[in-house]
Amino acid sequence: MTLSSLPPHTSPQAERGPEGPVERSSLAVELDGAGAHPGAARDSIFDPGTLVADVALAEQAGFALVTLGDSAQPVGGGIDAGVRAGYLALSSSRIGLAPTLHVTTAEPFHLATQLASLDHATGGRAGWVVGAQNDSDALATVGREPLEADALRREVRDVVEVARALWDSWEDDAIIRDVPAGRFLDPDRVHHVNFVGDTFSVVGPLITPRPPQGQVVVLGADTLGVTGQLDVALVGGPDVGARAERARAEGAPRVFAEVEVLLDAAEPAADRLAALGPWPVSDRLRHVGSLDALAALLDRLAAVVDGVRLHPAEIAVDLPLLAARLAETGTGPAPGPTLRDVLGLPRPANRFATTA
Amino acid sequence: MARRLHLGLFYTGVGPQTVWTDPDAAPHTHIDTFVHVAQALERGLFDAFFLGEGLRVRENRGRIHALDVAGRPDAITQLAVLAGVTERIGLVATQNATYNYPADLARRLAGLDLISGGRAGWNIVTTDNAWTGENFRHGGWLPHERRYERATQVVDVAKALWAGQPVTRSGDLVTLRAAPTQPASPQGRPVLFQAGDSPGGRDLAARHADVVFSAHSDYDGARAYADDLRSRLAAYGRAPDAVRILPGTSVVLGDTSADAAERAAWIRREQTTGPRAIAFLEQFWGKDLSDYDPDGPLPEIEPTEDELDPSRGTLPIDWRTGKLERIAQWRRLAAERSLSIRDLVAEVTPRHEGFVGTPGQIADEWTRYLRDGVVDGFNLLPQLIPQTIDDVVAKLVPALQERGVYRTAYEGTTLREHLDLPPVPELPISPIGID
Repeated sequence: MTLSSLPPHTSPQAERGPEGPVERSSLAVELDGAGAHPGAARDSIFDPGTLVADVALAEQAGFALVTLGDSAQPVGGGIDAGVRAGYLALSSSRIGLAPTLHVTTAEPFHLATQLASLDHATGGRAGWVVGAQNDSDALATVGREPLEADALRREVRDVVEVARALWDSWEDDAIIRDVPAGRFLDPDRVHHVNFVGDTFSVVGPLITPRPPQGQVVVLGADTLGVTGQLDVALVGGPDVGARAERARAEGAPRVFAEVEVLLDAAEPAADRLAALGPWPVSDRLRHVGSLDALAALLDRLAAVVDGVRLHPAEIAVDLPLLAARLAETGTGPAPGPTLRDVLGLPRPANRFATTA
Repeated sequence: MARRLHLGLFYTGVGPQTVWTDPDAAPHTHIDTFVHVAQALERGLFDAFFLGEGLRVRENRGRIHALDVAGRPDAITQLAVLAGVTERIGLVATQNATYNYPADLARRLAGLDLISGGRAGWNIVTTDNAWTGENFRHGGWLPHERRYERATQVVDVAKALWAGQPVTRSGDLVTLRAAPTQPASPQGRPVLFQAGDSPGGRDLAARHADVVFSAHSDYDGARAYADDLRSRLAAYGRAPDAVRILPGTSVVLGDTSADAAERAAWIRREQTTGPRAIAFLEQFWGKDLSDYDPDGPLPEIEPTEDELDPSRGTLPIDWRTGKLERIAQWRRLAAERSLSIRDLVAEVTPRHEGFVGTPGQIADEWTRYLRDGVVDGFNLLPQLIPQTIDDVVAKLVPALQERGVYRTAYEGTTLREHLDLPPVPELPISPIGID
């Protein structure tokens, strides 16, 4: 099996529903800064045109979604990921857009509003990569100290929970435009959430109507300790199969493997790596070599995960190679229109719904 | 260069201003409507498109207020979306200095500014009420009298970060340590707008703002406001024309004066429906008044004695106390002039005084305002979306151009250039500030 047997999108008809693994894999690609390798450099990392072109390339190739990393600090920071995702909303039409938003440095209410707005603007293509930056420099930007492991896990749990509650706080049909009665809203279909967490509370409702997907697709690492609250668990490590199995057991409907890639280009991958300098080991899998070998790796992973998020070492070099291969051999995008459709995830019922 | 009018459009997204009962009304929360409006304004060579902000859905006596439009996007996210489908128009986000983290807000605004090629603005507002704060980590922590103190510190932090400087603060209102994560945009930093009308708000404007979105569009009120602001500017060592004054207002156009007046009356009636008039009084009475006829006399029952709560949106400061005296006044007014509930509410509801007339009449009137130096332009609050906008662009803009008081093409690419503002002064490199 090669990359050609990994069509980019899963059609809803081809999968078995949220309880089992999808039959075909989906591919995500992380596009942040110059790439996953710390030695990667690019003149145009602040150029919106480059961002649009990269996403267009990924969309044409058939990637299911792009993720956009973020940090509150100068290194890895750049333009806020939510702003970047918004900017991309209308230059793209099929691909999912998933910014990283960090729970520790955000107001949960604003975070939920931003993601709901992105989902409305994209017609249901928004995702959220749950970030939990917790180093002292990042936390200092909001006047906080780093959290202990347990407090951090509770903070992630609470922010994801309140975001999900807020996305349900307007029922789908809350806007009724009843001219004779003079009522724009049905007040019985817009709800306070009255969320009380460990360190904060939110009354709600959201200021934004329910997102088109009902719930924005929530992606996050299995190491966050909130796997059961995720739509897509991101797993890595040498024991990726075991971690995928555990993530499923803990309730994640979809599991994606994290894979860093540095490909043979004009120069062999090994030479490129040597030129780029040291690449510290991360929790992700890593492929340095040919496209064919990458396809073989993805083939093996397809037995244990529902999809893969690729982290190109150098976006300017590795993304075009990935895209060309995928466009040439893939079967093209499946019908969406939403990211949930693409991932084979059902549109969730509303926890507050009083009517069917 | 001859003085020219600057126009903005304020897309409020909530409140009785927007006439959603109009059969031609577009769904105001839909992205296609935002795109249509922003692109129409750009064809009309507007300086800026503004988004409002309200961080809690309005209520009436503990229930969601159902009668007005509601449902807003996150302003910065939405403007980033619109940046992708427009080329020139300024994109201004109303953002709260109370319920945002200063460095995060500064970063998001800087991101919008850079990604739009230098078209971002920040309309600085404050909220002190604990009711809105119930949606946030630190709800209700800021005393009313300190809200502009906090806002000033937040703006100071933002300006330093935008100037490329790391910032450290440790005070009781702002504590943080942050550094810029991106270069500046072509306009240097987002343009700062200020809308508050209190003395604290006016001082913030005089000290920091590039543009004021004032509340006074009647000629005498606009003149008095301009005089007051210019004296405050002098106190901060700024030139009298350092700030653009754009009062919020509305426009109703017609082919004849009579036609315009008729449309304006229809809009006013739609804005003051019977259920809305009853809900308005319920906010003051603190009681269920649903059995009263909006076309009948004022309720004879006595109101509750507690003061108003802010659940219908932030209240002007002079409405927060003295509810019973206000109701007594209304009763006298209604008795003297035989006003029904609906008539009374139409009479006393705060509103932006608007301009009603033919395109030529309004263009003449605005030319006089401009030539007399009482305004630099207007920020329009549309009642009909998108019809008000489409009409202004198709009819009023050409009338202004004929009179030579409005641009015929964008000359610059940034919002700062559209507003004819001088370049951002270099921020003196200061040692890391400790409050």
